[in-house]
Amino acid sequence: MERNLHRQLANMKKSLFDQGYLDHEQFTQLEELQDEANPNFVEEVVTLYYRDSARLIQNIEQALEKNPLDFAKLDNYMHQFKGSSCSIGARKLKNECTQFIEYCKTGNGEGCKRTFQQLKKEYSSLKKKLEHYFQFARQVGPLEKACRPK
Amino acid sequence: METTGFSSPRPDAFPAGLRVLVVDDDPTWLKILEKMLKKCLYEVTTCNLAREALDLLREKKDRFDIVISDVNMPDMDGFKLLEHVGLEMDLPVIMMSVDGETSRVMKGVQHGACDYLLKPIRMKELRNIWQHVFRKRIHEVRDIESQESLEEIQMMRNGMEQYDDGYLFCGADLISGKKRKDVDNKQDDRHYGDPSSVKKARVVWTVELHQKFVKAVNQFGYDKVGPKKILDSMGVPWLTRENVASHLQKYRLYLSRLQKENELKATFGGMKQSDISSKDTAGNVCPQNSSNASQNNVTNGSYGICGSKIPIKNVDSKIHVEDMKIASVQMAEPKEALIGDITDPQKCSNSRTGLNHSFRQIGLDVKCEPTIPTQYSWTEVPPVQFKQEHKPHFQSQSWSSEVRPVQFKQEHKPHFQSESSFSHLPLARNHIQVDCTEPILSHHPMPSTNEKDKRADIGPNCIKSRSQGIGIVTPVESTAELFSVQPKSHLTHCQEFQLIPSSMWNTKNHSLEHILLNDVDSSQRNLILGTGSSFRLWDEELQGYSPRGDFHPQNAGFENIESFAYSNQEIIDDVPPLLYDSLNFDYGNASETMEYPVIEQGLFIA
Repeated sequence: MERNLHRQLANMKKSLFDQGYLDHEQFTQLEELQDEANPNFVEEVVTLYYRDSARLIQNIEQALEKNPLDFAKLDNYMHQFKGSSCSIGARKLKNECTQFIEYCKTGNGEGCKRTFQQLKKEYSSLKKKLEHYFQFARQVGPLEKACRPK
Repeated sequence: METTGFSSPRPDAFPAGLRVLVVDDDPTWLKILEKMLKKCLYEVTTCNLAREALDLLREKKDRFDIVISDVNMPDMDGFKLLEHVGLEMDLPVIMMSVDGETSRVMKGVQHGACDYLLKPIRMKELRNIWQHVFRKRIHEVRDIESQESLEEIQMMRNGMEQYDDGYLFCGADLISGKKRKDVDNKQDDRHYGDPSSVKKARVVWTVELHQKFVKAVNQFGYDKVGPKKILDSMGVPWLTRENVASHLQKYRLYLSRLQKENELKATFGGMKQSDISSKDTAGNVCPQNSSNASQNNVTNGSYGICGSKIPIKNVDSKIHVEDMKIASVQMAEPKEALIGDITDPQKCSNSRTGLNHSFRQIGLDVKCEPTIPTQYSWTEVPPVQFKQEHKPHFQSQSWSSEVRPVQFKQEHKPHFQSESSFSHLPLARNHIQVDCTEPILSHHPMPSTNEKDKRADIGPNCIKSRSQGIGIVTPVESTAELFSVQPKSHLTHCQEFQLIPSSMWNTKNHSLEHILLNDVDSSQRNLILGTGSSFRLWDEELQGYSPRGDFHPQNAGFENIESFAYSNQEIIDDVPPLLYDSLNFDYGNASETMEYPVIEQGLFIA
């Protein structure tokens, strides 16, 4: 039974990779940082990311309402957001960020706004998926993976 | 905030215990990096504000070995932090950002970052950062040792006290082939982890200490000051001459970076200004003046080299490349003197000050450039190499602040420089004024700062250019036909120069002056351009202009280079037609090729 759950969890994670939500390498890096001192390190990081990036999303939202758009500012915000997003390996999000920055460079306000809508969608969709994943991981209990001895 | 609390890293376990300060406004990254670094067994301190980090660094002085900083931070640009850390703390700094744009990375490196990591940062990259600390320690030991050995040589030679660190570094490289090995061996015996055993008490340059230093520098004049003077003036008992020398060097680099940024800003304005003056005869006095001033400065600077080279020459005879440069600059001196008499002294001194800087820049540029020109001037002459030389010029126009300004420009906007840089180096003027009233080449005991800078920067390159010097001596004959020049004669001059007292050289100068009076200007220009071509040119002129035609590059890239175009005009008013040829030659160098028919003078006049 438990083994089954573990397999389910592993599948869940795999589909996050396969569907391009998460960057396999970075996420694995985070998992490898987990140890006795921080058995839930990945979850902590993801939580921190969502807490902090909400502020950035808000900033960008506000900046996009300005007329005319301040592309330098947008670019700056988006760089921060991109840097932050790559910390958890949020791959799709990172791609949206790159797109957004491109539009900033060419001064394409419409492109920026469109991309930002898409970005927000990805942002919350990933959030849901990750929440689901961590919740399930907790249910499954301390797996070997989470508290693997160093 | 590690609880293991080594107050100093464990000497036996380096790199374990490396003390790392991480600065990033992004809490997520801060958390990840902290964890990663701890896994590497480093001692980590995190900080989410750049200012806070700076305070921490200042207050805890010698508490960190290395700093990792994000580039984009709201309270302070990461580059700014980098600048401060480099100047005050002398710690290796690693920059990181999610943006791998070349220009940014370049900016980081230019500001002194020892590495530039792209996010997402991997553990394996962090595992390796100790190498920067280690490398720095090696260099420090090496510097100190070579300085010591060089000082001994100095004493033996003539006890000239004024040699500066620039010279020392350079000279150190000259003789340290064997030395270096020794140093490395010694290094092995020491405990890498313990800074106190490896280094001679590293000095942390606090704000106060730095201010004292700046005050001392200003007191004597940026140009004249040597570490010893500063040391005496600062009156800090525990400070050593090496400490000051190394800081002085950094300070100069720092100023030159600032300078470069200013110059780039001024570039376009500079071009405009010159345009105007070329149309306006009255206005011409000024640019002309300034260009002479620049030559004058060059002269001084180079003269400095020459003076300081004399002792080195005994150690190593392969310095002809440099010396030849010097010789041709010196030719410039008499003319400068003439002009100086005529022109308004105030203007003179003004523009000079600026130019002083420009020369300093050149010195820096020399780092990457001189090897190329010297190479192609005497040995193979592949067109490609000219290209190489040429490229930076364009880049510098388009890249904004990333690229070192190439010499051509500097030459033409002396006034701007003087304005923008006055604030840094107010005392430079004195030095230069002396030059302007004194046609005699009597400054040699003290290499000018510019020169020192140059040498400090060149470091290993110095060796290179020297070893090319050998190449010069030998292929002279063979290349002579190629260029229909006799560089040899040139060589003789500079050697003579080295041996004879300056007064004699002067007289020589004056006799040559008549022949060269006008050409000097152009050859100087070449020199300022920092290319080996000037020697060729100069030699040609010695030959009575005849061979010049051989070099004239056709469609010499002046259509590409606006700054050239006006420089040319500037000269036209004051220079006999013959000179155009030599100017052409210049352009040719800047563009690509050698074997070209003569360009019609009309081209330039139009």
